[in-house]
Amino acid sequence: MEYLLNEYEVERDDYRCIRCGVCARQCANGVHSLNEVTKRMEADNSQCVNCHRCVSLCPSGALKIVKNRHTFRDNANWSRDNITEIYKQAATGGVLLSSMGNPKDYPGYFDRMLINASQVTNPSIDPLREPMETKTFLGKKITDIVRDSEGRIVYKSKPGLELSVPIMFSAMSYGSISYNAHESLARASRDLGIYYNTGEGGLHKDFYQYGANTIVQVASGRFGVHKDYLEAGAAIEIKMGQGAKPGIGGHLPGAKIIKDISETRMIPEGSDAISPAPHHDIYSIEDLRQLVYSLKEATNYKKPVIVKIAAVHNVAAIASGVARSGADIIAIDGYRGGTGAAPTRIRDNVGIPIELALASVDERLRQEGIREEVSIVVGGSIRSSADIVKAIALGADAVYIATSALIALGCHLCRNCQMGKCNWGIATQDPELVKRLNPNIGYKRLVNLITAWKHEIEEMMGGMGINSIEALKGNRFMLRGIGLNQKELDILGIKHAGE
Amino acid sequence: MLREGEVRIPSGCAISGIFHKKGGNINGSDIIKSISVMHDRSNGLGGGFAGYGIYPEYKNYYAFHVFYDDKASKAACELFLEDHFDIVNLSRIPTKKIDKIRNEPLIWRYFVAPLPTKLASRQLDEREYVAQCVINVNSKINGAYIFSSGKNMGIFKAVGFPEDVGEFYMLDNYEGYCWTGHGRYPTNTPGWWGGAHPFGILDYSVVHNGEISSYDANRRYIESYGYKCNLLTDTEVISYIIDFLNRRQRLSFQDIASIIAAPFWSTISKLDEKLQQKLIYFRNNYASLLITGPFSILVGSEGKLMALNDRLKLRSMIVAENDEMAYVASEECAIRILEPQINRLYAPRGGEAVVFSLEE
Amino acid sequence: MKRIKILQEWCLGCRLCEYYCAYANSDIKDMVLALKDKEIKPKLVIESKGTATFALSCRHCHDAICVKSCISGAMTRENGVTRLDREKCVGCQTCVLVCPFGAVVVSEDGIIDKCELCTNNREGEPKCVRGCPNGALVLEEVEA
Repeated sequence: MEYLLNEYEVERDDYRCIRCGVCARQCANGVHSLNEVTKRMEADNSQCVNCHRCVSLCPSGALKIVKNRHTFRDNANWSRDNITEIYKQAATGGVLLSSMGNPKDYPGYFDRMLINASQVTNPSIDPLREPMETKTFLGKKITDIVRDSEGRIVYKSKPGLELSVPIMFSAMSYGSISYNAHESLARASRDLGIYYNTGEGGLHKDFYQYGANTIVQVASGRFGVHKDYLEAGAAIEIKMGQGAKPGIGGHLPGAKIIKDISETRMIPEGSDAISPAPHHDIYSIEDLRQLVYSLKEATNYKKPVIVKIAAVHNVAAIASGVARSGADIIAIDGYRGGTGAAPTRIRDNVGIPIELALASVDERLRQEGIREEVSIVVGGSIRSSADIVKAIALGADAVYIATSALIALGCHLCRNCQMGKCNWGIATQDPELVKRLNPNIGYKRLVNLITAWKHEIEEMMGGMGINSIEALKGNRFMLRGIGLNQKELDILGIKHAGE
Repeated sequence: MLREGEVRIPSGCAISGIFHKKGGNINGSDIIKSISVMHDRSNGLGGGFAGYGIYPEYKNYYAFHVFYDDKASKAACELFLEDHFDIVNLSRIPTKKIDKIRNEPLIWRYFVAPLPTKLASRQLDEREYVAQCVINVNSKINGAYIFSSGKNMGIFKAVGFPEDVGEFYMLDNYEGYCWTGHGRYPTNTPGWWGGAHPFGILDYSVVHNGEISSYDANRRYIESYGYKCNLLTDTEVISYIIDFLNRRQRLSFQDIASIIAAPFWSTISKLDEKLQQKLIYFRNNYASLLITGPFSILVGSEGKLMALNDRLKLRSMIVAENDEMAYVASEECAIRILEPQINRLYAPRGGEAVVFSLEE
Repeated sequence: MKRIKILQEWCLGCRLCEYYCAYANSDIKDMVLALKDKEIKPKLVIESKGTATFALSCRHCHDAICVKSCISGAMTRENGVTRLDREKCVGCQTCVLVCPFGAVVVSEDGIIDKCELCTNNREGEPKCVRGCPNGALVLEEVEA
């Protein structure tokens, strides 16, 4: 007996349905079908993941997906999720898997901060009439000027990245997302003057041409890592952890290791790609330093090295250690960060909010006088340009976005990436589904999104009387908390609204 | 009401500066005359002056001007000073009782030299040692505030209109090759004397008109390098930035201007490659020292005066030059009152530093 | 002059183009009334074999054999668009026979029908192109 109830129901307006059948042709989960007897379209609600593919394509607007109103007896303690998850595990004996970011109702600090604007005592600046600068450099800064033997300044900066706008696409491997998704990200990055990140799946040979806008990742599985790969990118990222699943590695099922992916990852076709929880050559901070310098050595000290960590309880001390390990950039991934697959319990219960992690890391590094030794990039649910402005005012140099980028590409956050049947052609390797993401459209949508956000960032900066993004960085006076307690305000290093 | 340091207080202002290029003496009454014609740019909540070359007889000693809330703070501070410096002269700073200046703190002046043994044990450059001591007193000794700490220069400031402050300190008794003056228009202040301008550290003094929007980015950066922004004022943070870049990084005032009021990228892209390389280097490595929002500042230091506007020129500032003399002021009238005949009068562009140096 | 470029690589075989075509040429604004319970006769059809699918419609040939072979002068070429004058068509279907692409179809009343790039209906520009969810149909400017 199946204890599970259907999570969603397809509501079809039978008057509006013209029986064109596009829903049936486009649903990879086989929800829709034509009943040959009644000549009406039907739905198998048990298969519906609420991805909206059918809704978006239905030409006559006949479809909507609703949450099943069928209910358990009211219980403030035992939620529907609690109960159904127990049914699932009782039926299968397995660890629950899910994907994308932590969806639980924890407080969101970005939504509890407000941004300042100029009035009277200094002027706001109109970005349509005055220059407004968003260019950002990432990497170690030289704070003590270096001079040659004759006392002349040596105008040579350390290896870094130059961004036209402080936004990058964060790591998503080829394998977890499709070839077309990668192509969209790569082309958009080149167009925008920013960077995308290969994730731990290696770099497909077709994408070496985008190397100048690529960050190549080295993760615990070392998939696809070789000399040319390291040299192909503009920066190298060592992934120590990920916000969606701190403390554990990744698992790409063999079914997704199709020919191209097997070549790119340098593993046999059809074999599971399991990256270990830790790097087995990094059990301590001094080991990290060795890997950082090994990668620098391998690339002739020409490329900045990013160390990505998940935001966990002791993040400030960890970041301080990373900053002293030779890393040029620290990427911190908050607990809302997305993933193609993670154990549900980990995704929903491990890690801390990126806002608090960022605030404490930035402050700690400043107290230790090593803030300029590294740039800070934060990710883990940057949902809008306002989140970016707030992150930078808290002290970030730039942000990483991934979920937002996928949404721009069509993702509807159904959170079933782990099934590999993404109807939007993003988190799948099925060629018929991959085809649904046309990179000619996808890259343009990414360019549009970042361009729109850039405009909005400029508007907000102008309102504050700031005409260059570097004057916003760490400028916490520009933020006020709303509905936060004193402890939260202290950690964020901001005052409450009205103060 | 919370005073400077406990709350951030925006303010508009008037500034004025006079510089004798050949090092000739200018009487303190001139700068009072100049700043007083811009009376309406201040609101009586702060005024002050910095004079350079005013202590020739003690030119090898650091002149500390100190405000004390009470005798206890004076005793604590003097204990500290004796512990770290050789005090060659100390006295009250002479003032004149005038009706418009009230509630004055104890105002003392010390001519000091670092104790050689202390200096050696700290393994610090002499000026770094002095700067650290000043920051220490100002952040740790309650009620004591060293508001001037350079050699052969002095800052005089108070709550009141600048012309009254000048009269109070009897500036007509001082002569120097450079003077700057400031009239303050804060939106609110309880009237703490330490909050008036100029702000000084070592021989650097800054007068500033504006309200910078980059304040906290600048403050948090500079505080990583041992500075403590106790006053939360723009002038304070700008002074520390100048000290950091000029004294500690040995960058010229022109280079400093291209960091704190950096040219826009669109401008940089049109320059020749060498200049581009330099400006990109500065903007990259000292990104957090870019100052945005309106400001016009006068930076005094030994033998030098720099006038600089923010890169959009959101505050008025005008420069005039005759053969030996240079003048800078928020308004032209403040220059004309001193010198009706001017050879060259111009408004520097946003971000364009005008630097006057003593001729050898 | 404009042409519909067909990109087989991106065709998903969803057949939305067929429905949008039928709708655009229906003279009925309500899509439900226009298409529901009707056998649609789109001027563009999806051809498929296995997983390969692509749309097929009039190519508006430079030297159009349908125009040449029309016995009643119903087919003409104006501004790069091969047009049909339904008043003149006698339903001989010669054009259907000669079209190398199979892009001319016979309508319910026996008169032939073909794509005129939506220049003859309320849309003004090809509805199939706008309705394609994956950019498999692209309106392109080409030389006359």
